[in-house]
Order: sequence, then C-alpha cells, then structure tokens
Amino acid sequence: MPLESVVQLGPALAELLHRGLVSADLLHPLAAVDWLTVPAAVDLPFREGYVRSIIFVSLYVSLVAVTLSTLVSVPVAIVMNFTDFPGKQFLKTVINTGMGFPSVVVGLVVLFTVSNQGPLGSLELIFTKEAMIMSQFVLATPPIAAISLAAMTGVNENVSDAARALGGTRLDVALVVIKEARYGIATAILAGFGRAISEVGSVLIVGGNITSAEGISKTRTLTTAIQLEARQGQYETAMILGGVLVALVLVVNVIVVRLGDTEAMNR
Amino acid sequence: MAGVAGVAGIAGCSSLGGSGSDAEQPDVAGETLTLTTTTSTYDTGLLDEIHPDFEEMYGVTVDAVAQGTGAALESARNGDSDVVMVHARGLEDEFMRNGYGVNRRDLMFNDFVIVGPESDPAGIQGMGSATEALTTIADAQATFVSRGDNSGTHTKELNLWEAAGTEPGGDWYQETGTGMGEALNTANAQDAYTLSDRGTYISQRSEIDLTILVQGPIEDGPEILANPYGILAVNPGVHDNANYDLAMAYIGWITSPGAQDAISDYQMNGEQLFFPEAVSENPDFQQYVPEGWSSDSADE
Repeated sequence: MPLESVVQLGPALAELLHRGLVSADLLHPLAAVDWLTVPAAVDLPFREGYVRSIIFVSLYVSLVAVTLSTLVSVPVAIVMNFTDFPGKQFLKTVINTGMGFPSVVVGLVVLFTVSNQGPLGSLELIFTKEAMIMSQFVLATPPIAAISLAAMTGVNENVSDAARALGGTRLDVALVVIKEARYGIATAILAGFGRAISEVGSVLIVGGNITSAEGISKTRTLTTAIQLEARQGQYETAMILGGVLVALVLVVNVIVVRLGDTEAMNR
Repeated sequence: MAGVAGVAGIAGCSSLGGSGSDAEQPDVAGETLTLTTTTSTYDTGLLDEIHPDFEEMYGVTVDAVAQGTGAALESARNGDSDVVMVHARGLEDEFMRNGYGVNRRDLMFNDFVIVGPESDPAGIQGMGSATEALTTIADAQATFVSRGDNSGTHTKELNLWEAAGTEPGGDWYQETGTGMGEALNTANAQDAYTLSDRGTYISQRSEIDLTILVQGPIEDGPEILANPYGILAVNPGVHDNANYDLAMAYIGWITSPGAQDAISDYQMNGEQLFFPEAVSENPDFQQYVPEGWSSDSADE
C-alpha cells in the first residue's frame, strides 16, 4: 500500500464504512470522535513529511518484527502440536508467560543487550530501527506462537482422523490441520502485529524517539510521537496521531481479513 | 540532505562511532553524532532549529535523544552517545570526575521559575527567595508537583528543598516521574505548584493556566534559580567507539559566535528562551573542570 494513501486515512475509513467492509459496531468505542472529519478539519500542525516518515518507521519496524516472529513461532507451534518432546509443557508455560511480558522490561533487556557495554555492543545497534525490531520481535513472538498453537489444537479431531483414514501421511495430516487452522494463525499474526505497532515502552527506550532536525523520523514511531506530543501538552495533535495509529491497525486488519476471504472464495 | 539520508538509511542506519577505518579518513561527512540531552532543550524546538546549520557544514547527521539529565549522562556513561547537553552542574561534575566526560564548556543559560495557580493558595507571589517560597508551600501543604525523574530540574528542586531545610513529603508532594511538559500539565490539572525551567514554561504557557509566582534571575529573581546548560564530549579514552572528532566539532560549532547567536535569536511566543554563555572575554576556567576543582585537590 502506498504510504500516501495511508495518510488520507479519514476518507479511506469513510470509504470502507460506506462499502460495508468495516462494521460500524467495530468502531463503536471510537464513535465519540468524528474520525471522518478530523484530518480534513484540522490544519495539520506537522512539518512536511513528518507524519509520513513516522508511519513508515512504525510499519517498517512492526512488519519486519512480526514477519520474523511468524517465521519462528509458527514452526514452533507446529512442532509443539504434532510432536511430543521433553520440556514441552515448560516451553508452553514460557510462551504463555511471554504473552504478558511488560514491554518496558523487554525494552530494558534489549537496551542492556545492545548498549555499548552489552554483549551486542560492538554492533552499535542502540538507537536504531534494528534494536526496535529486536524488542518488538521479543514482544510479538509469544502471542503468535500461543494463539497459533491454540488454533491448531482446536481443529476438530475428526478432521485429522479423516485425513489419517484416507491414507494420509503425518505430513498430509499436518497440512490439513494447518489449513483448517489458518484463520486462527492469521489471527495470531494480527495479534502479534497489534502488540508490536501499539507498543510504546520498549521502542522509546531502545530507539530513542529520534527525528532529524528537518522532522524526518529515524526511530520515531506513531506511539512514541504520541508520547512526545502528550509530554508537551499538545493533546490535540496527540489525538490526531492516535487516530492515524488506530486507522492503520484497522486497515491492516481489513486487508488480512479480505485476503483470507478471497482465498476462501478461490478454494 | 540529512533528512533524505535518514529515510534512505533503512537497513544499516548509521553507526555511533567513527572507530577503526573511519578514523583514517580526514573528514567526518556521512557520520552520525548521537547527542543525549534533556527534554527542556529538545521540547522547546531549539535543537531542530539550530542543527541543520551544523549538519550542512559537516555533511553529518545529529541524532538528538531527549532523555532528561540523569538518563542522558547514564547513556553517555554506557558509551551510547558521543556528546551530552545537560543542566545539572553537580551531576556533570561527577561525570567528569569519574572520567567519562572531557572538554566541558558552559553553553547557555536560562532560569527556573516557581509556577502555580493564579489563586496562589499558599501566598508565595512575588517572594524574593525561592527557599522561603518552598517552605511556605510546605507549611501550607499546598499541592506541589515534583518531576521525580533525576532530571536537571528535579536535581535543582531537591537542592532547593535542602537549602530551605525542609524535607518534602506527604500527600501534598507528588512525584510524577515525567518530563517537564507533563509535570506542568499535571500541576495545571490540580492547581498545584511546580518548579519549571522558563523555556518549557514559555513554550507551553498558551496551553495552561499556571503563572510565574517566583521569578528567576533573568527577571531579577534570586540567583539560586539560575539554570546553566553545559556540553561535554564523551571521553574516548573510556569508550573507544565514541565519535570524539565529531563530538568536538559539534562542541566547537555550538560554542562559536554563529551558533551562539542562533541560540540567542531563538524565540517562542515572542520570548527568548536561552541566553548564550559560551562566547565571553572572560576566560572562565571554571567551565572546564568540576566546580571547586584546583590542581591541589586533584587527588581527592
């Protein structure tokens, strides 16, 4: 999706509502704010390219982190679902605990890791996007693994029994179960993405909330920008950025759900 | 130019130091200087205003990280920044005594003010003594918002309480653990008193109802409310990854007449926020060394 269109979120949201792609009920908690007119009515108090660059950093960091998390946690969930191994229950406990890791603690741990004095100090990752990706990876991996596992566990046993009865190998059975659980896995990835993009504590600590003097973001995300505006008492601009963030999450969710539907239709 | 580089540098975005092979190159172009600083210099917009000149002059990027004085010095102590701009002389001195910082310069100053609601329940308006004002607030148990974050302003506030001989505490004394802007908002919402640097107060005045009740030295208030900013380079002898060349170029630039004029010209809401202090006929040796330092006491 071109970033330019993301900036025009108000109209985009209106269009989605209009076409019935987004249920108005979904937006109920947000109904108090007139989202459809906010971006148009307010003369945006930001410098040119500022909002676009922080949206870019937010998306870049979160998407890379969630992609890496998915590559790690979905295979882990598959292995945990189809095989037994010693320590499996312990791993499950670790993953479930990980879902509740406070993000500032993760930020601190990553800070100590990438700080000049830390084990990865020589890589000089402090105050970079890479450090932010590391902390979001740690945050997003547990929910993706846990929810994927739950989705696969929840697939009706009849399905796997049927696959086995039809002469399927273990691999065939696994593929059938994964196919059946794909919505759950998609939900898992979305949950991980939601956690990553809405997180403020760790990216602030390891990223440093940096923009260039011209107002182009280096490590400033939507969340840390909101924190900065709130610190300065600019609640109005903080709210606008908050609206952009919510809309961004919404758009990504809609896209994923729509992709899932298209796939289902093609089947 | 630097902005383009900032966007383009998606993957290997910059390094802190010019160590190794970089040191053999005569120029610093393309490098990144990491400056840890306080919320008061950053949130007032001063750095964004003056940095483009430096970036253009050397073809470099300045990454300014706004953290508060305590955290800014801690980042530097860990070797995570190249240069520090802060405002707590005691903490700066400790930083230098421990060998982490070199080549300190006086940079600029403004002052602290005690702000509060116009109704002024404790009755401190116009007091000539900051310590007397604080004692009065404590006696009246009027709500006072403290930064509580080991920042320069917080350090100053604690020094003032100590000078006043009063131990703050109780329901009326609230530590927020936030930046100056948030502390002002918190005080505003509760009709409370707080200590603020003048710059942040001016930049936020239009959003809040608090007024200045005790002036700092800029408006003929007590000298104890002075708020001097210093700049220090991270000692490359302690952290060999520190970009010392660029840090010194930065210190040289920001203490030059040109940049000092730019600081002086920077206004918000029609008021000057910072007063340059680096260019002076007076040699002022004290700026280079911890306060009270002399060669006799070097072994302390």
